[in-house]
Amino acid sequence: MAMTYLEAVRETLRQEMRRDARIIIYGEDVGVRGGVFRATEGLQDEFGEDRVMDSPLAESAIIGTAIGAAINGLRPVPEIQFADFIFPAVNQIVQEAARIRYRSNGTFGVPIVIRAPYGGGIHGALYHSQSIEAFFAHVPGLKVVMPATPYDVKGLLAASIEDEDPVLFLEHKGAYRSIRGDVPDERYLIPLGEAEVKREGTDVSIISWGMTVNSSLKAAENLAKQGVSVEVLDLRTIRPLDTEAILKTAKKTGKVLVVHEDNLTGGFGGEVSALIAEHALFHLDAPIRRLAGPDVPAMPYAPSLEHAFLVTPEKIEAAAKDLAAF
Amino acid sequence: MADVSEGLTPEVLMDMYYHMVLARVLDDRMWVMNRLGRAPVVYSSNGHEATQVASAFALDRGHDWVVPYYRDLALVLAMGMTPRDVFLHLMGRADDPNSGGRQMPAHWGSVDLKILTTGSVVTTQMMHAAGIALAAKLKHEPTVAMATFGEGSTSQGDFHEALNFAAVMKLPAIFLNENNGYAISVPARKQMAVPDVAARAQGYGIPGVVVDGNDPIKVFEAVRAAAVRARAGEGPTLIEAKTYRFVPHSSDDDDRAYRSREEVAEAKKHDPLVVFEQELREQHLLDDAQHKAVLDRAKAAVDDATEFADTAPDPDPSTLGRHVYHEAVL
Ligand SMILES: Cc1ncc(C[n+]2csc(CCOP(=O)(O)OP(=O)(O)O)c2C)c(N)n1
Ligand SMILES: [Mg+2]
Repeated sequence: MAMTYLEAVRETLRQEMRRDARIIIYGEDVGVRGGVFRATEGLQDEFGEDRVMDSPLAESAIIGTAIGAAINGLRPVPEIQFADFIFPAVNQIVQEAARIRYRSNGTFGVPIVIRAPYGGGIHGALYHSQSIEAFFAHVPGLKVVMPATPYDVKGLLAASIEDEDPVLFLEHKGAYRSIRGDVPDERYLIPLGEAEVKREGTDVSIISWGMTVNSSLKAAENLAKQGVSVEVLDLRTIRPLDTEAILKTAKKTGKVLVVHEDNLTGGFGGEVSALIAEHALFHLDAPIRRLAGPDVPAMPYAPSLEHAFLVTPEKIEAAAKDLAAF
Repeated sequence: MADVSEGLTPEVLMDMYYHMVLARVLDDRMWVMNRLGRAPVVYSSNGHEATQVASAFALDRGHDWVVPYYRDLALVLAMGMTPRDVFLHLMGRADDPNSGGRQMPAHWGSVDLKILTTGSVVTTQMMHAAGIALAAKLKHEPTVAMATFGEGSTSQGDFHEALNFAAVMKLPAIFLNENNGYAISVPARKQMAVPDVAARAQGYGIPGVVVDGNDPIKVFEAVRAAAVRARAGEGPTLIEAKTYRFVPHSSDDDDRAYRSREEVAEAKKHDPLVVFEQELREQHLLDDAQHKAVLDRAKAAVDDATEFADTAPDPDPSTLGRHVYHEAVL
């Protein structure tokens, strides 16, 4: 069935909650209102106020209590209303959720899925546009999932909920209504840590994750018309990371463009680039290139400034074309 | 109103006393180990024994959860941790049931004993107790979760968030503050502008109770009342047990820098072990011979633990990378 990225989130939550009575959802406005983006719309009606709860406006409490609830046998899927507001909960996510299995020598585990809408291009300005994945990708014990398509949303969200460890599930706000795709009715899982070649190509490899995969695919489409063959690798999860798939595409085309919306310095693109430099340098025909958000504190509001920040299909196209000609 | 001192039979009182003595003897031995260079750091429950042991005894042990902090040696002993477990932990041995030698001493945790794993970041644990209680409520289980924390830790935002969350959701949680008047060197009056931590309960619409933390019977009654209330679906309680720590914050601290010897000597007049011993003697539950028997039993257990942990193997360095993520059982 064709559906939007947002519908894929909602229908997957519904299907999972029907399957597993341990799943609970809570966060700010997720109940009666169905979430500010409508990701949980109708779920409280179907599953009741015990399983879909409006919580106090307190991110540390939302995550901290989810940790306790998970340890006491539930499968919490808390929502952080905007990824930008996850920072009050960093202590609970990084120091507690991510370290509990390790510090208890494997005796305790924290199976929670933290859903958080991220990313810009929706006039959200500095505090409703951020890409936050690099902060969390640094943390062993966490998993960080960033789907680009409705199909991947479903398989990755179901797999995240089944996972025994804490997962940060980042949904791009721009994708919610603009990205549509076919999603099978039946349940399926996409293993965390498996990248996917979304488009085969021979001249240049674009490696990306989340929404910029879609922008990269558009750029690749345009470049094909100009005789440039672009391969697009969607990492889908950045922790665990599919190193093999990264090295494979790098060796195949010999030219790599890493694309992300998060700002450049210390962004996850640096990690991808380092891996290629370490393990595939002599297969390269050009220096690795990164295209990312600029190093300004966050995305500004005015459309002209917002557009200047964003990593658009046009910018990707230009960068990939340039690289192909190297 | 349930009888909150129900269950305080002579046997139970003597068992409580034994655990208080055991904690003190074990604690003293840990300091010896530290001064011998055998244990890099020690955190004590010395002075807090009445609060910790009595609160554990007031719960349904084996069924209810405790969510402790590093001060809680006596609490975890009362929950069923053995002196051997404590010493394996102290010495960072492979068989340390708390963490397999991964965490520094006094970072408790046991799935079997329903003691939640402890980190070092103060006050995060209050939220975990609320979450355990949330799950209990949603599963319609009569489980209570009790978090403990120092008074300095109440300055953290998580203190507010946990109390508010638990109160709004009417969760079966108990928040037991062990107020010893200091956060390392900083006195309570520099943490808060009110004399009692318990007074803050008012702002959350829940009961706030002050008890003499050196009197195990008073603590037992307060915690039992809170547990009865929690199980009845009436929500959480904030209990403040006023007590004192007789030793420095840790083996790396020198408390002479921030409190007078006179102050410590004065506080020791209310040593919970002495107070309870007198109480038991007055009730004719304890005489000199029994007193000696309790002490001998505790010393024997601690001797055994010291010896046992001394020769226990260290963690294998090849296990460094294990348990970052769930490991499928093969
Ligand atoms: C968030 C955080 N900040 C600082 C510390 C360092 N620290 C450890 S214990 C402590 C004092 C805590 O005092 P209190 O809460 O009163 O507990 P007590 O040790 O007196 O039982 C401090 C500052 C810490 N562990 N966590
Ligand atoms: Mg204190």
